Amino acid sequence: MKAAVIVFPGSNCDRDLAVAFARASGRQTRMVWHKDATLPPGLDLIGVPGGFSFGDYLRCGAIAARAPIMRAVGDFAAGGGPVLGICNGFQVLIEAGLLPGALMRNAQLTFVCRDVGLRVETTDSPFTAGYQKGQRIRLPVAHHDGNYVADADQIARLRGEGRVAFAYRDNPNGSAGDIAGILSQNGRVLGMMPHPERAYDPALGNTDGAPLFEALAGVTA
Amino acid sequence: MFVTLKPGVLDPQGAAVQHALGTLGFTGIGAVRQGKVLEFDMDTADAQAAEADLARMCEALLANTVIEDYRIEVPAP
Repeated sequence: MKAAVIVFPGSNCDRDLAVAFARASGRQTRMVWHKDATLPPGLDLIGVPGGFSFGDYLRCGAIAARAPIMRAVGDFAAGGGPVLGICNGFQVLIEAGLLPGALMRNAQLTFVCRDVGLRVETTDSPFTAGYQKGQRIRLPVAHHDGNYVADADQIARLRGEGRVAFAYRDNPNGSAGDIAGILSQNGRVLGMMPHPERAYDPALGNTDGAPLFEALAGVTA
Repeated sequence: MFVTLKPGVLDPQGAAVQHALGTLGFTGIGAVRQGKVLEFDMDTADAQAAEADLARMCEALLANTVIEDYRIEVPAP
């Protein structure tokens, strides 16, 4: 698996994500600067990391979504390449139009930084194939704008099409339908607020994120 | 340019402001909605063209039309 992580000014989970990809694949992760217009050739996976790209100015992820590299990321996704956006990366993918809905200020207006309980809602994706359907896992969240918003029809469509990847068991931010992570229509783009890369190394005290990276390495080997 | 949440989109920040005003003793305040104002200096005397440009900017970047509406005012040059 040849993976790349996109780096914006203000990204701060980019190295953690690169380490997770490298550990899963046994190959070095390419770091790609947002001003680049093209991706390294032969990529199997792109990660859009967490952080505070462009200082969260205007709206979280809005400026990053219009960075030069995002056109290439969109083309990669349209061609069926897997793209994983975590936290601010999820916000960027939504702002780029690769995933539906919006992420708004947490309902209780506070930054939430803790482990949350999740339920794996589908195993039918390259990201979630390593879990059991309905499996209960715990992952850390750390965000101020993770409140997933979409109209009722959109939520029903996401549910009906099996595109809710992860749901909160104890909703920390007011997200509609307890949604913690969603898939694109072709199932190749995943955006999620929780941080699987912070739950991979046993030294971190939690390895519930490991099946996600190992499944990715398996399907893109 | 005024960027505001669409009707029906919950605005927890507006609700917090409303609550705080009530705490200060202001009465008779219904819903409070928080939005953004963006001011532009534009190098044109053509108000119609400026408004069309601003609308394109809103659609491309400045408003998230999933949850936000925008309104443009072009003062006389």
